[in-house]
Amino acid sequence: MKYILLMSGTKAGVEGYLAWPKEEREAHMAVLHRINKDLTASGEFVATQPLAPPHEAKVVRGQKNGMPVTDGVFPESKEFLLGYWIVDVASAERAYAIAGQISVAAGPGSKATNMPIEVRQFAMRESKSE
Amino acid sequence: MKYIVMMNTMKAGHGVPAWPKKDLQAHIAFMQGLNKELHERGELVSAEGLSFPDQAKLVRAGKDGIPMTDGVFPESKEFLAGFWIIDVDDPERAYEIAAKVSSAPGPGGAPLNMPIEVRPIMSAPPPEML
Amino acid sequence: MIKQWNATSEHLLRELAPQVLGAVARRFRDFSSAEDAVQEAMIAAFTQWPREGLPDNPRGWLIQVACRRMTDHMRSEIARREREMAVAGEAEMSSPITEIEADMDPSDTLVLLFMCCHPALSASSAIALTLRAVGGLTTAEIANTFLVPEPTMAQRISRAKQSIKASGLHFCLPSAQERTERLPAVLHVLYLIFSEGYASSVGSHLQRLDLAREAIRLTRNAKTLLPTNPEVGGLLALMLLTDARRAARTGPDGQLIPLDKQDRTLWDRAEISEGLELLTTALSKASVGLYQLQAAIAAVHDDAERVEDTDWPQILALYELLKRVAPSPMVTLNHAIAAAMVHGPGKGLELLRTLDSDPRISDHYRLDAVRAHLFEKVGDHEAAIKHYRIAATRTTSIPERSYLMAQAARLADN
Repeated sequence: MKYILLMSGTKAGVEGYLAWPKEEREAHMAVLHRINKDLTASGEFVATQPLAPPHEAKVVRGQKNGMPVTDGVFPESKEFLLGYWIVDVASAERAYAIAGQISVAAGPGSKATNMPIEVRQFAMRESKSE
Repeated sequence: MKYIVMMNTMKAGHGVPAWPKKDLQAHIAFMQGLNKELHERGELVSAEGLSFPDQAKLVRAGKDGIPMTDGVFPESKEFLAGFWIIDVDDPERAYEIAAKVSSAPGPGGAPLNMPIEVRPIMSAPPPEML
Repeated sequence: MIKQWNATSEHLLRELAPQVLGAVARRFRDFSSAEDAVQEAMIAAFTQWPREGLPDNPRGWLIQVACRRMTDHMRSEIARREREMAVAGEAEMSSPITEIEADMDPSDTLVLLFMCCHPALSASSAIALTLRAVGGLTTAEIANTFLVPEPTMAQRISRAKQSIKASGLHFCLPSAQERTERLPAVLHVLYLIFSEGYASSVGSHLQRLDLAREAIRLTRNAKTLLPTNPEVGGLLALMLLTDARRAARTGPDGQLIPLDKQDRTLWDRAEISEGLELLTTALSKASVGLYQLQAAIAAVHDDAERVEDTDWPQILALYELLKRVAPSPMVTLNHAIAAAMVHGPGKGLELLRTLDSDPRISDHYRLDAVRAHLFEKVGDHEAAIKHYRIAATRTTSIPERSYLMAQAARLADN
């Protein structure tokens, strides 16, 4: 079963992260890379994607004439998707366990960041009935 | 260039849109038509729907790395309903596609005018994120 | 005279794969490395044969290439070890291909099936390994089918083989008793491959392997190896009787069409005939197992030219039997549907209530979907709409979700 694991943050949160000492940020990335490696080795990895920082995000609506209207202004407190993992696992519990590992990724002063990771199951394009 | 195009949904507990049948069908047909067009133009990398927010879980690492799962989200939370990963020549084309998604028809056949978030996909983490 | 690569060549190549693997694994006594080597030989064949034509002895060719890979692998292993071991290794490497071919045993494919479907493996591992080792599919094809990256699938298969190695399994036919004990695991894996394939026949999917057809092919092979086993026959019958309806399941826009709304003229009558024949034989053996019963139910449905001709009392009786042979919440659910058709929707709703306290199914979308359907029949549209909508939020299948939302909308519109 495929799950997406979503890591979100706020503009303030991202700015805080960028202010971490370089070694702390490297340690954080190293933990995440290790997780990706382990997931590949276990045959559960499908994809992972960091997303561009919020200042490059745009919110788009369609106008009556079909032309896009874009807006790049986000309130400070709005949560953004920072990145995601897609995993193919045998059970929801396994997805939560992986999310837990991501949540623990080292933070400043080597304290676990303990970020909440949202776990969502993919809807499938197929159907098992009849 | 790759972008993620994100569609959000009403918060958990709101359930399924209670639209008349032909409006539902029109909405579904619209989305299918869009995916077909993107596929034929070689712009569609992937399109995924997520299961309803009722099943979303927020996971943090608890003691001893055991994940703690929680189904309680802030009232104001928007949930990701689905996303497209597109590969296009320029940002304008990405916004055009997002505008189209935004204008998907809803009740009475009127364009929903949903706010659709567009973010560039990072191909490699920028140096300052490491 | 070079034989050109044609429409049947791919099928031939796949049929040869497990035979070649059996021969090489037996010769080198190393299933895991042999499986890798045969996979490489398969990829080489898929690359070269379409260009250069088929070799005179396709099987011999594959064995030769696989053996070369094996010796390459062993040489690089031995290069790191003592001289004594190298001497022993040389003897193995010099066996002529003809000898290896002569040593082949028709039961090799059966051995492979039992190995790959070992109960110690997880379902997804067993499925991946079976498709590669017995099905002769490439890693890329399997990865594409399950929509995971190729390295991920390669790892899954590698780990499956490590588990097998760790369990100390030898490349030999299990004893008759072991075969009896382990056959259910084999049939279960084949059934899962079929279900996965059948599910993906609704809704789009671009360039995915026809897994349902693969499952049918593998089960046919199993039947050739175990011709009198009624459960194998029953499973094949079930697959054919189900697959026969494939063309009618999907609407022009990719939407799901349930059984009672399908255009039965689109059903494949040849598959149904074959399925019925197999079923008759399987049932005549007087042991009534899970797959035979499910096949029998499918047969009753397929037998009805129009939906109103469906022999529901027979289906009800079969579900009652199935409840005794292989009880499960899903069986109870399906039994309730049949009971509703025979004794009225009220009876069905009553039976569903027994499932509310079963945590395995109480939150499952199908329970709400069936409930909604029965409420509609009873005339309680409000309850029907409510349960169609709940079911829609709970299903993780997009075609199902669209279908359920449309049912709710249909009732709400009136």
